[in-house]
Formats: sequence, structure tokens, C-alpha cells
Amino acid sequence: MPVKVIIPTPLRAYVGKQETIEFEASTVGEALHLLTTRYGELRKHLYADDGRLRSFVNVYVNEEDIRYLQKDQTRLKDGDTVSIVPSIAGGSRPSVTGKI
Amino acid sequence: MATRTEFPTRPAALEPSALSNEEVLRYSRHLIMPEVGMDGQLKLKRAKVLCVGTGGLGASLGLYLAAAGVGHIGIVDFDVVDRTNLQRQILFSSADIGRRKTEAAADRLHGLNPDIQITAHETRLTSENALELLKSYDIIVDGTDNFPTRYLVNDACVLLNKPNVYGSIFRFEGQVSIFGYPQGPCYRCLYPEPPPPGLVPSCAEGGVLGVLPGIVGAIQAAEALKLIIGKGEPLVGRLLLFDALAMRFRELKLRKNPDCPACGVHPTVTRLIDYAEFCGVREQESPGSESSVPEITPLELKLRLDRGDDVFILDVREPHEYAICNLGGYLIPLGDLPRRASELDSSREIVAHCRSGKRSAEAAALLRKAGFGKVLNLKGGILAWSDEVDPSVPKY
Repeated sequence: MPVKVIIPTPLRAYVGKQETIEFEASTVGEALHLLTTRYGELRKHLYADDGRLRSFVNVYVNEEDIRYLQKDQTRLKDGDTVSIVPSIAGGSRPSVTGKI
Repeated sequence: MATRTEFPTRPAALEPSALSNEEVLRYSRHLIMPEVGMDGQLKLKRAKVLCVGTGGLGASLGLYLAAAGVGHIGIVDFDVVDRTNLQRQILFSSADIGRRKTEAAADRLHGLNPDIQITAHETRLTSENALELLKSYDIIVDGTDNFPTRYLVNDACVLLNKPNVYGSIFRFEGQVSIFGYPQGPCYRCLYPEPPPPGLVPSCAEGGVLGVLPGIVGAIQAAEALKLIIGKGEPLVGRLLLFDALAMRFRELKLRKNPDCPACGVHPTVTRLIDYAEFCGVREQESPGSESSVPEITPLELKLRLDRGDDVFILDVREPHEYAICNLGGYLIPLGDLPRRASELDSSREIVAHCRSGKRSAEAAALLRKAGFGKVLNLKGGILAWSDEVDPSVPKY
């Protein structure tokens, strides 16, 4: 099934600056596996050491958060859009530090 | 030290149940619209909105809230205006450089609309003062630029049952939503935890298109105004994504997480915590890794170059930064260094530099690990070079 994966701005540096990448995949897990296999640098940004999706990265199939579908096992159909949406804080300066 | 400054208002502001003739004229384009009308305009006049941060988001946000006649606007910031702010923070003019942001912002907003009350909170929002500061306002608008304050604002709004109009930007992309609305999700439902500092894009990858915060801040203002007049469909349970480069808006569903530590069925966040610790950031950012690399000061380097010593200058910034200014060094961006280190001669003395000395410290450590014995980090980077050796090199 050809599906489109939308790469967010902060992660585009790791995929040759592409905005979207198409994959043949039948589940979200498979699409992300293909993505992080082709672009190895991306892996540590999406997955924690224990192999789970990081808690500041959300993945959506069309408009729906996969946490409320079948997570990695969420089925994909032809033409679905998978969006990776990490948290952004900015601002344009490095994050403010110190006790707050 | 926190200070609170009230900006004087005209008598019109003190009468919340009627508009003066001047106010009727000022707000006439609202009043002739049935969705606002006199009823809506009086609601705006009675409303109290707190803008956290007076940066890029707070600028367009604050201007539109003031222009629309929100009767009481609070602003929180602890910063002063600098030249790099002016590319996007349209509240300020060149004459404001060096002034306190709250003071410059309050003057500007008061100049725009003298009939409203502005309260300037000259302080950093902290776990100690947040609840006290937020509680007298009806709506909080989050225009901050860092994760600790975002989680702090979120948790405080959840604890106080206040709507939190959230906006966030990165380069040319923005996110907007409303959190803390009755039955709606909060920021922790969206992102339970912040990214560890190492994974946040560095200053090399940062930056922001000047107009982006203007657009996102204006959307936040629209949502705040809608909440006040109680019209339309608030951006609750929806995450609006905006990409200025593609010029595209998208919307994602955002659900309330029953397991959310802040607003879930069994919340564990029952008071404000240490958000710097929660986000893994501290005043001294990774002091160990940097100080362990031998350094050279700009003056020492200048002396050695003038003496004709064989020193190889390695610039580890990005090509677009090299185009702004450079010391004539050999350019290998930090990200490319692992696979391009073979281009360097390990028998020569190498001085690595970047903008501020942070990335080049990482580069120097990386090269030393790879067997380059004579690598030094230029202390303070090109910024220090400009300060101490050659002021004709621009700082950015």
C-alpha cells in the first residue's frame, strides 16, 4: 500500500531535507521501520532505548493519534497519510535554563 | 526580583458595564457585527487575559488583544529587548533596545489602547509564583519559548481550571491548540514528557521565519477573543499545524488522556514541581564535556597566527552561517565531522570554532576521541573573536 509519511521540520535534517516520503507498508510500525532503516540517524529521535516511541513524538494516521488506534499495529490503507509530530517549544533562542 | 507595574488607565476602563462614546467609535467594527455586538464588546472589556512571554508570539497576540478591547491584559517577562528580537517581535522599535520588555510592551499596548488596563509582571514565571500570578486572570495565553515554562503553564492552568491558549513555533512551522478547557485535553495529554535537552535542535538548526510568530500569535488572539465572547468553535481537542513554507494548515485530533498525570482520572501532578529538573535542564549546561576540552582564547589565537605558527582553523558551523561571517577556516559542519574527519591532518594543531564555542567543544572532543591529539576549542567562538580581536566581524 503506498502511504505518505510527513516529516516535521525539526527532523527533516535526518532525511535529506525531504518533507514527505512514500512507502509501501500495511501498518504504521512497518512504515516507521522502513523509514528508520533507510534513515538510521532518525531512529534515536523517534525511539527511546527500550524501543518505544518517545513520549514527545506523536504519530498520526490521517487525523487520528495512533495511541488511540492500534498503536504500531494500526493498519494502513492506500493513500493514508502518516504524520510525525514532535513537540516544539520555540521561540528562536536556545531554551532558557535554570530553576523555574 | 518580581515587580508589578500598573499602567494608569482612563476613567472609561473603570466602568465595566458600559462603553463611552469614544469606545463605541473605537470598537464600531465589532459592534456592528452580530457575533460580537455590544454584549460581546462588554465581555471583552470585562475580560482579564495573561500573556506569558512578550516575544514573537506575545507581540501580535498582545497587539490584537489590546486593539480588540480586552479590558485587562497582564504581561509576564523578565528579558530586555535586543537587536535580534526586532526581526519578529513587532511590539518593539529600535529605540527600545536595552529596555525591559514588559515596560516597552506596556507602553506600546497602552499607546494603542489607553482605555484598557495593562499589568506588567517583571518576573520569570516560576513554580513559586505561577499560581498566585495566574489566578486573577480568566484566560492564559502561552507564548513562551522553552519546555520548562510550557509544562509549568500547563500544570498551573490545569490546577486552576483556566483555559490555556497554546502556541508554539519552530523555524517555519507552528502549533496551536487550547488546553485546560472543561473536559478538554491538556499539554501533557499531547506530550506527556519533554524531549531530553540533547535531542532539542541546537542553535545551528534553530531560527524562525520572522512572520511565523506573528501568524501563530494572531491565531492565539483569535481563539482567546472567541473564548471571551463565547462564539464559534474553540480549538479544543484539535491541534492546528501550520507550515509557512508549504503555506498549509492541517488539523489533528487531540484526545483527553484518561491516564494523563495532570488532568487524567487519577492525577499525580497535584502541585507545581521543579520544571527545570523535569525537563533535564540546569543553569550549567553539561559543564563536564566542555571544560574537559583544552581551550584557546581569541587573543592567544590571534597572537599565534600573527607569529606565523602553523595552526589549522576548523569551522564546524553550517554553510549558511559561514556566509554570514568567517575566520577563513576550513568548513566541516559538526554533523558531517564523523565521516569527514579524514580530511584533517592529525599531525597539525587544529583550532575548532563555531559561533559561541559550544558546538566546537563537541567537535574537539569528538576529534580527540578519534585520535587527533592537538585539537583546541576556540573559547567563546566567533562571538568572542568579534568582542576581543576583530569587531568588524559581525555577531549574529
